[in-house]
Amino acid sequence: MSGQLDRTTVDVAVIGAGMAGLAAALFAARRGLRVAVVGTTGPLIFSSGFVDLLGVHPVSEGQVWDDPWTGLDALARDLPNHPYARLARRDMEEALDVFLDFLGAHGLAYHQEKNRNLWVVTAAGTLKPTYAVPWTMKNAVTAYEEKWPCLLVGLEGLKGFSARQAVSSLQRTWPGVRSCTVAFPEPGREIFPEQVAGDLAAEGGCERLAERIRPHLGDARAVGLPAVCGIHDGGRVFRRLETALGLPLFEIPTMPPSLPGLRLKNLFEEALPQEGVDCRLQHKVLGHTPLNQGGFLFDCGSQRPTFQIQCRGAVLATGRFFGRGLLAERTGVRETVFDLPVVQPESRSQWHRKDFFDPQGHPVNRSGLAVDEHFRPLDPSGRPAFATLTAAGSVLAHHDWMREKCGAGLAVTTAWAAVASLADLLGQEPA
Amino acid sequence: MVETQVVIVGGGVTGAGLARDLALRGVSCVVVEKKDLTAGASGANHGLLHGGGRYVGNDPEAAGECAQESALLKRLAPQCIEDTGSLYVAVAGDDENYIADFPTLCQRCHVPAEPVETAQALEMEPALSDQVIAAYALQDAAVDPFGLTLDNMAQACALGARLMTHTRLESLERDNGRIVRVRVRHTRTGRETVLEPQVVVNAAGAWAGQVGALAGIRFDMVYSKGSLVVSQERVSDRVIHRLRPASDADIVVPGGTVSILGTTSVRVASPDTIYPEIHEIDTIIDECARMMPSLASARYIRAYCGVRPLLAEGSRRGDRTVSRGYHLINHQACGVGNFLTITGGKLTTYRLMAEKTADRVCELLGVREPCRTHVEPLPPSEWGRWTEPGKAPRQWVKRSDPSDWILCECEMVPRTTVEELVDQIRREGEAPTLEAVGMRSRVGKGPCQGNFCSQRIAAHLYQAGVYQGREGMASLVGVLRERWRGKRPLLWGQPMVQYEFQEALYCALFSLDLETRGRDVQEAGA
Repeated sequence: MSGQLDRTTVDVAVIGAGMAGLAAALFAARRGLRVAVVGTTGPLIFSSGFVDLLGVHPVSEGQVWDDPWTGLDALARDLPNHPYARLARRDMEEALDVFLDFLGAHGLAYHQEKNRNLWVVTAAGTLKPTYAVPWTMKNAVTAYEEKWPCLLVGLEGLKGFSARQAVSSLQRTWPGVRSCTVAFPEPGREIFPEQVAGDLAAEGGCERLAERIRPHLGDARAVGLPAVCGIHDGGRVFRRLETALGLPLFEIPTMPPSLPGLRLKNLFEEALPQEGVDCRLQHKVLGHTPLNQGGFLFDCGSQRPTFQIQCRGAVLATGRFFGRGLLAERTGVRETVFDLPVVQPESRSQWHRKDFFDPQGHPVNRSGLAVDEHFRPLDPSGRPAFATLTAAGSVLAHHDWMREKCGAGLAVTTAWAAVASLADLLGQEPA
Repeated sequence: MVETQVVIVGGGVTGAGLARDLALRGVSCVVVEKKDLTAGASGANHGLLHGGGRYVGNDPEAAGECAQESALLKRLAPQCIEDTGSLYVAVAGDDENYIADFPTLCQRCHVPAEPVETAQALEMEPALSDQVIAAYALQDAAVDPFGLTLDNMAQACALGARLMTHTRLESLERDNGRIVRVRVRHTRTGRETVLEPQVVVNAAGAWAGQVGALAGIRFDMVYSKGSLVVSQERVSDRVIHRLRPASDADIVVPGGTVSILGTTSVRVASPDTIYPEIHEIDTIIDECARMMPSLASARYIRAYCGVRPLLAEGSRRGDRTVSRGYHLINHQACGVGNFLTITGGKLTTYRLMAEKTADRVCELLGVREPCRTHVEPLPPSEWGRWTEPGKAPRQWVKRSDPSDWILCECEMVPRTTVEELVDQIRREGEAPTLEAVGMRSRVGKGPCQGNFCSQRIAAHLYQAGVYQGREGMASLVGVLRERWRGKRPLLWGQPMVQYEFQEALYCALFSLDLETRGRDVQEAGA
């Protein structure tokens, strides 16, 4: 029926181009597998850039862990079905190292302290535990920890970011933090981070902004800005501005979509092809045919099928509702590509609790795909739905990445495991 | 101490209507409201101006009153009413006897009803089901209950009445068979005010029993919760009623660019902490979809519920048969000579209820001025204007000022509108919080239901120096919680996607889930 469509043959097709899918594509390529990735990278710009590993467990007690690895031990004991409970620390560390090294090699270095969570400042002036931060946000961690006298700079016309708001919240525990708001590039109009980044990159841009900030510096030992310091320039703007100010600088991610998310998206789009990944971004899988010899034939396109990918195995990393891997209907939650069974509460009335901030979290967030020890999604009878289909990232069941503060870590480490076991499974089969 | 002839407890449409009626007769009054205007049933109803057709079967008196009052309001308060007319439709399987009796029942109650051929009904309202077997055209209309309450209160205040919102009634002190002193306290500042009125009127709606108790008077209220759901698009030009004895989920009322589907009737133990439940919303959608099938797959943006204040009269029947008529109680018989309670009734008859109550108040005061609200038009006020859809965007376009950026993108509410609201709220003597801005405008009412604009406006208010310290964060959490009640039953399809974004932003990123636990996360991080 689709004989005319252009067909590509690979070992592994990755379905989904969020954090988990892109990490899976990278890991598969590093293992020497021929890999194609199909999916839209758009949602990635909603990332804050923080790489969480595990901040909170148990959610119901709101226990925050200084050492994420100790937290992970407790989590594995308490929640044996949690995706993290299936992973060995050695593999998780390796996954994170490979992933963060890859980002660093392409101009987006991260700062981490291995056995310790970091407290980072958000646009609302709240604090959040995370595991690794882009190096443009590193000084915020130090400044807060050491309680340096510090100046948070707001930009007039940048919606959703108020330096006064952030400082009002922070001052309780950080008396030395102050705020000011400056107009850049010019007063009296709405501004957007991308545009400010462009103005800063222009000749003399950083120096002009530094000029406007300087009168407010006082005793500040560091300066915080909303994340506007360049888009994907390897940190050039950030370093120029830091030099112009003569003080340590840090960025605070703005309300999503924000530049730290855009930086990740741009980086993957540029760097994955260099890794040998066949990137079919901004397309999606529209249909699938399991092949007799194992593997799949996928019909792909944006609206209608325009090409096909034949593969020996696949990684499903389509995300949850926001990523469109799961679809909520009035009568239940469905998986969108294979219509796999979704572990979920019995009825819609149990999806969410009556208080948005209920300390238990919302049960629907633990819905998703149940998998076997090889990360293969299960069919209704509890057996692997397909011999060579594994799943990774937030589409998996039994976690609550938003309350556990484990989003990127879960994506990267389960992508590692899903690719590793798929490689095993493919190795065991005749090529 | 504040001098006044009358204290009215309750800032719903009845209290506001009574304040206007009294003010027009030259009687001074103070309205005491524990939350804000329309915080109870006046702000949580269908926005339906009943022409009476719904009650011809079981409450002919209410039907007649509705017919008269709705005609009067269409003439005297046209700014609050969209005179849509209505269609009563029966679908295959509905009670044929009721359909056959309907014209006679209407005639008996003096409710005009015109038969409409089903083919013609489908032409008038293309969203109707092809299963419609009978249709009548009646004269129900859509009314803006917020605008109506605000306009009444605005004129009352212009004539000397005083409004005290966020003010809780503390005590009604009795002496010698009369209430001699009323103590009230502002819920935010804690400031106490003592009032010494000659008459006290309890217009507290579902909370009337609690107010009565303060004067040592006991009467039993029945709390009947009604839930409603708002569709993102308007599905009909007219009000659509199911042609059957009054029951659950049989009315679809258009209002501006949306339609409101409802209602249910569920007995609840208390008028506080009520939620629109998921099974109620499902019933409403399924039932209304029998009249208009596209409602089964429509997108919904908000659910809400209110409590009907019904007076129990030993009735053990279903709440639909408890009279929707009003009750005016003089508590003289219970030993309090200057205390009246007005309860029950409905939005459509608020003016009549206010008139009858004001008559009794004037009797007690010895005032002989007659009522004028049935002849005098209700002047449109500036109070409610920002709640009107399209108002803020029109002004924004006209201004075309690059520094006037949009803060609420769904409803196109710009910075300057928020600033005008802040000034207005301060003139009212209130704190210009996120909640107060939301109450008086379209902010947070669009499809995103406050996801983006809550933080944007909180940031703006901090930047403008309105918020200090932690108060803005508390407000932000409060607004997210309040909006959540109305979103929770509707989280499938795109709204689920938006919910996940909200959770990711406010919990995963801002970690407000940790902040709201009462334990100090900053200390943990310090």
